[in-house]
Amino acid sequence: MYKILQKQVLSDVTKLMVVEAPQIARKAKAGQFVIVITHERGERIPLTIADYDREAGTITMIFQEVGKSTMEMGLLQVGDGFKTIVGPLGHPTEIENFGTVICVGGGVGIAPVYPIARALREAGNQVISIIGARTKELLLWEDKMRAVSDELIVTTDDGSYGRKTLVTVPLKEILEAKPGKIAKIWAIGPAIMMKFVAETTRPFKVPTIVSLNTIMIDGTGMCGGCRVLMDDGAQFVCVDGPEFDGHRVDWNTLLSRLAFYRSEEQAAVTRFRESHKCNLERAVAEGVK
Amino acid sequence: MTELTKKERMKIPRQEMPVQEPEARVENFSEVALGFTLELARREAERCLQCKDPHCTEGCPVEVTIPEFIEAVREGDMAKAVAVMKAKNNLPAICGRVCPQEVQCEQRCILGKKGEPVAIGRLERFVGDFELANNTFAVTKAPSTGKKVAVVGSGPAGLTCAVDLGRMGHDVTIFESLHIPGGVLVYGIPEFRLPKSVIRSEIDTAAKALGIEILSDYVIGRTLTLDELQLEFDAVFLGTGAGLPMFMRIPGINFNGVMSANEFLTRVNLMKGYQFPEYDTPVKVGKRVAVIGAGNVAMDSARCALRLQSLREKANGVERGEVHIVYRRSPAEVPARLEEVHHAKEEGVIFDFLTNPIAIIGDDKGGVRAMRCIRMELGEPDDSGRRRPVPIQGSEFEMDVDQVVFALGTSPNPLVFVNADGLERSRHGTAVADQETGRTTMKGVWAGGDVVTGAATVISAMGAGKRAAADIDRYLSGESEW
Ligand SMILES: Cc1cc2nc3c(=O)[nH]c(=O)nc-3n(C[C@H](O)[C@H](O)[C@H](O)COP(=O)(O)OP(=O)(O)OC[C@H]3O[C@@H](n4cnc5c(N)ncnc54)[C@H](O)[C@@H]3O)c2cc1C
Ligand code: FES
Repeated sequence: MYKILQKQVLSDVTKLMVVEAPQIARKAKAGQFVIVITHERGERIPLTIADYDREAGTITMIFQEVGKSTMEMGLLQVGDGFKTIVGPLGHPTEIENFGTVICVGGGVGIAPVYPIARALREAGNQVISIIGARTKELLLWEDKMRAVSDELIVTTDDGSYGRKTLVTVPLKEILEAKPGKIAKIWAIGPAIMMKFVAETTRPFKVPTIVSLNTIMIDGTGMCGGCRVLMDDGAQFVCVDGPEFDGHRVDWNTLLSRLAFYRSEEQAAVTRFRESHKCNLERAVAEGVK
Repeated sequence: MTELTKKERMKIPRQEMPVQEPEARVENFSEVALGFTLELARREAERCLQCKDPHCTEGCPVEVTIPEFIEAVREGDMAKAVAVMKAKNNLPAICGRVCPQEVQCEQRCILGKKGEPVAIGRLERFVGDFELANNTFAVTKAPSTGKKVAVVGSGPAGLTCAVDLGRMGHDVTIFESLHIPGGVLVYGIPEFRLPKSVIRSEIDTAAKALGIEILSDYVIGRTLTLDELQLEFDAVFLGTGAGLPMFMRIPGINFNGVMSANEFLTRVNLMKGYQFPEYDTPVKVGKRVAVIGAGNVAMDSARCALRLQSLREKANGVERGEVHIVYRRSPAEVPARLEEVHHAKEEGVIFDFLTNPIAIIGDDKGGVRAMRCIRMELGEPDDSGRRRPVPIQGSEFEMDVDQVVFALGTSPNPLVFVNADGLERSRHGTAVADQETGRTTMKGVWAGGDVVTGAATVISAMGAGKRAAADIDRYLSGESEW
């Protein structure tokens, strides 16, 4: 069992957990991920390593409750544990001094962009970061991002905080204002956001790295379920990625593959909510008695 | 018991093993073949002529002394049968179920020349199951040698190697990347052919008796690398199998509904997708499924698909549909175990021989609508000695399918070779290792099973694990230099 040492509720649906996993903390690097299983009957879920502490032997994961499994994970408390955590998987981000770089994080994607921004800054880059979310509630780690960025721009879709716009708008402004100055861009967030970031940067020909979060099972190259179509053929996200050149990804195939199990996922969520409601009602009823 | 004459023995028909009937079994994932009763087993054992110079044993990759264990079964001395078996084969309940006996021991059986060979596989299974239920055989550990061995991978090769080394008194740790040990036995071969409880109890019993530590969730090459293992262990055995799926290089393989057999079977077996939503991992089955290939992997995929279709029918009345095996060669070349092909046919799998896919055609939602195929004919023999299938010009046609499962074979996963520079690999990505000893080109590292041979069989992987264990022991005791 991999014990949960710390839990933070970042928003209603976003949780942070610090978990004991010394063998992973020893090796983890920015850009890598783990696969977790919550319990005996659970599924294998990939989560990016948002942070790690080699001395303490811990890793930090941040997740949004989007399906039954992540909802169950959200119910775990300090002292509980995960049945499985395996990793670190995938290739680490290639960190060098590139010059000026932009790091874009959307929603929970801010968490995995953070260690990358930090490593880039430590390597001597000038780091401009853009973070965005649907609404203020869902924005996370603004202070941490600010601490590792030379410049930080915050957006929300609904204008509840920062600029009321999408991350691609300030991104485009910077690219236009500093032609030829931006060496590389990282973007992590929902697939649709990464797609639009890639489309935004394409005309400027600035290399744009995206970190893909496809459906996975083993995470070691064994099933091929995670495959993504690139302009020169299929690649496995778990072993060839998770980072890819955003300009070469076939986004439509990716989006359609991500939706393949949607009806099953929704059914599981409904079932889960109902069983929880029942439990709650029972508890309340018993409490009343 | 009265001794029968040779003639009388030869008159006894080969005993059939009780099975679940096809109509019933496609509606569940429970085991198809139910195993001999003691009575049937003893009757079958009576058929063995106890040849002075038995050939069956030569056909066994781990050299089980077959007539000897059969004789014990005949006498009803099951403890002895188990002891004879276990002297050579740690996992009889598994081998009895999955070995291709018809091309191994049973092929050499003298009775097979004129009639039907002794059902050695079924008897082996019977002995294995007896042992699982009764635990008559105590695995014991020799006095500790103080040597530490790392075994990477917990499939048949790794397990066999670990158990043998444990018996010899070495201190063994198994590293496994998945969350359940067993390799293909747990993630690939379905419950209805090899119940997972059988594997679990075989592993648990041996590990406990021998103090073998099994560290699951360790991906060697990522969590730890081979060079790090070498610092901590006196010897390392690689039994990482051939887990990398192959897709055909044809258009359309990224549509939803196109998947590797590894993905399909892993969802079903390892993750128990057939019990969704009790288990969290979903698995989808089409209405018209095409499985490409005709090995054991293809049979297993097709038969899982059939079962999922009937479970779906039971759950929400959707008509079952069809499952096809699409194979570019002819029936004579089918590589799967005979019994599996037979069971698949009984259950209603449709075989399309001499047919090869050339493109998968999508629908407007990113799913699969059809598969373009071409008919083949057999030409001259190829390297494998089998007649090469060649396309018949102008014979293209469209097959109406909504799911395509590729079961075309696998190659070794290269992850384990990170930081293993001295370890030579072949053009096909397999580890180069000595046939007899399992020694690789990296000092202190042995390898065996599918990672060396490419996708092969459970028993050949076990044989390789055994030979490597013997050599590791010689090396660790100083009897043999590297
Ligand atoms: C669906 C299917 C059906 C089959 N049916 C039959 C049959 O009926 N009869 C038969 O004889 N054979 C059958 N086979 C073939 C047989 O299962 C294999 O030949 C055999 O399992 C090979 O054993 P192995 O120990 O070499 O490898 P595997 O069983 O593949 O085990 C390798 C193990 O190593 C682990 N591993 C891999 N890389 C790493 C790493 N880097 N770090 C840690 N662990 C790692 C894997 O997760 C796996 O658990 C079948 C195969 C499949 C896929
Ligand atoms: S998750 Fe299975 S191959 Fe990538």
